[in-house]
Amino acid sequence: MSGSATVTTRSAPRSERPAEAGGRRPRWTRGRIVLLVVALLLTAAWLLPLAWAVATSLKPEGDTTKTPLSWIGSRVTFDAYSKVWESGDLMIWLMNSAYISVMTTLLTVVTCAMAAYGFTRTDFRGRRLLYGLVLAGIMVPPQVLIAPLFREMVQLGLVDTYWGVILPQVAVPAMVFILVKFFEGVPRELEEAAFVDGAGRWRVFWTIVIPLSRPVLAAVAIFTFISTWNNFLWPFLVTTDPGGMTLPVGLVNVQSTFGVRYAQIMASLVIAGMPLLIVFAFFQRQIVRGIAHTGLAGQ
Amino acid sequence: MTSTTAAAPTPVAKSAGHAAGRPARGVRRKWTEHGLVFIAPFFLVYAMFLIWPLISGLGMSLTSENITGSGGEFVGLDNYAEAVRDPEVWSSLWNTVWFTVLSTVPLVVVGLVLALLAHQLQVVQWLWRLSWFAPFLLPSGVVCLLFLNMILPSDFGLADQMLAAVGLTPEIGWLTDERYAMLSIVATTVWWTVGFNFLLYLAALQAIPAHLYEAAELDGAGAWNRLLHITLPMLRRTTGLVVVLQVLASLKIFDQVYIMTGGGPDESTRPILQYVYQQGFTGYRIGYASAVSYIFFALILTVSLVQPLLSRRRAEEAAK
Repeated sequence: MSGSATVTTRSAPRSERPAEAGGRRPRWTRGRIVLLVVALLLTAAWLLPLAWAVATSLKPEGDTTKTPLSWIGSRVTFDAYSKVWESGDLMIWLMNSAYISVMTTLLTVVTCAMAAYGFTRTDFRGRRLLYGLVLAGIMVPPQVLIAPLFREMVQLGLVDTYWGVILPQVAVPAMVFILVKFFEGVPRELEEAAFVDGAGRWRVFWTIVIPLSRPVLAAVAIFTFISTWNNFLWPFLVTTDPGGMTLPVGLVNVQSTFGVRYAQIMASLVIAGMPLLIVFAFFQRQIVRGIAHTGLAGQ
Repeated sequence: MTSTTAAAPTPVAKSAGHAAGRPARGVRRKWTEHGLVFIAPFFLVYAMFLIWPLISGLGMSLTSENITGSGGEFVGLDNYAEAVRDPEVWSSLWNTVWFTVLSTVPLVVVGLVLALLAHQLQVVQWLWRLSWFAPFLLPSGVVCLLFLNMILPSDFGLADQMLAAVGLTPEIGWLTDERYAMLSIVATTVWWTVGFNFLLYLAALQAIPAHLYEAAELDGAGAWNRLLHITLPMLRRTTGLVVVLQVLASLKIFDQVYIMTGGGPDESTRPILQYVYQQGFTGYRIGYASAVSYIFFALILTVSLVQPLLSRRRAEEAAK
């Protein structure tokens, strides 16, 4: 029993959990049980708002404002969900958010990976100057550009379009920096062999460098997707037509129309929060590693 | 002039790079062989949507332009002079800094405590990640509306009902009383984003070599001593990083305030970004809004430039 547990911990890759791989599983001492209780209490506190949202969304509208608090209404009903769904807006915003986030992520990964390869493996007049400009851009928070960026969008006729939301989120200099750091560590010998065989830069990039960098590209993609999906300020500024809004913007816009129908508000929040939580349930490891990677390399 | 000097050393490097890269000299060069081709797509978007607005915004801040781009007259530094004298700029800057101070401490400390707990326990990691990190994946709109509807309605809101359950009926205006509005926003932010710092700390904890602990244990160091003399010192770099990332993130607060209080009560929670938004987008003074943006930008640049200097000096002192 304990033997098998040790075997599994030992077989875990060292780099991933050195603490576990290095030692035995700690025993359940009194101190450790206290820690567990504290952790469980904090978990309960963190899950409470989510539980409350789900509970309220399942009540009949008339029960949501009753006191004292009861977690279950007079009956469990999905009325609020079907009402929210029928109104249709939420579905449109979900699709908008999905389209915008997927396009932004694809464009970001491809353009940043190409740029990072160009900066690490090719040379041309002005390369250092351009890289200097990219590095300097890491210091610029997009939030300070809202006024000039909006005017530019007016001039380009991109207000209330998908491209108006997508384009300003694509060129993220920090992502180029992360990829440059990674490419610098990829041994050149792998590429040299392909060059000898007659492959050009373009083919080497797509058939050797890109497959080799899958983990770091996944990290960049995950980070970009999460931040685009959740971005509020820019989509809020550049979309005025409800049909073109992303999920977060649409929700805030509609809060007033729901008025005090709490069950419906909570149902729409549950629906809106679901997609990334489901993705998280499936890709916990990759997401956690991606955040840790990009977060740590971000500086 | 400057560009020629900057580019001067490259031709040499270029020919060297090419000779090494492609032994087949006779083959005609395809367009994809040029490095600029790889950088062009990124740089085009980058120039259009970062470099250009950065420059044009600076230009705009010197005009009396409105949002449609018409009626702009060159006014020199008038906008900046006005902004410095504008009490609303100072109060919203202060609100921004105050929020940053109030939120950074719990976000770093709680993040560290959660990471220590999860790392120490080594069981049900998925549960800790789900409950502490998953809120970070929710859009700000979802989080803020959830908390807004949970704490704002008095009597039947969750916050008041929890207090009622333990016999208190404090009648607190969580978001309508100046004394509590900012704290409510801070609490919402901690619940929502602490998971990011939790993950960074967890990654750092897992990278501490186990033999350090084993050695300390052999020397008879208790859990408390190991935490104090091994774990915390080993986390110093991570803490520096987490603090800077957190300060920079907190300074950019907009969503929570806009959605939960609209800047109120009595503008006591309005951050600088919301003032920029109000001046530029609802007040149509986009030239003035740009000037305020650049003042805010100067604040952010100062923070991000001062930190590396501080940490370098600390590193030098440690090396001595």
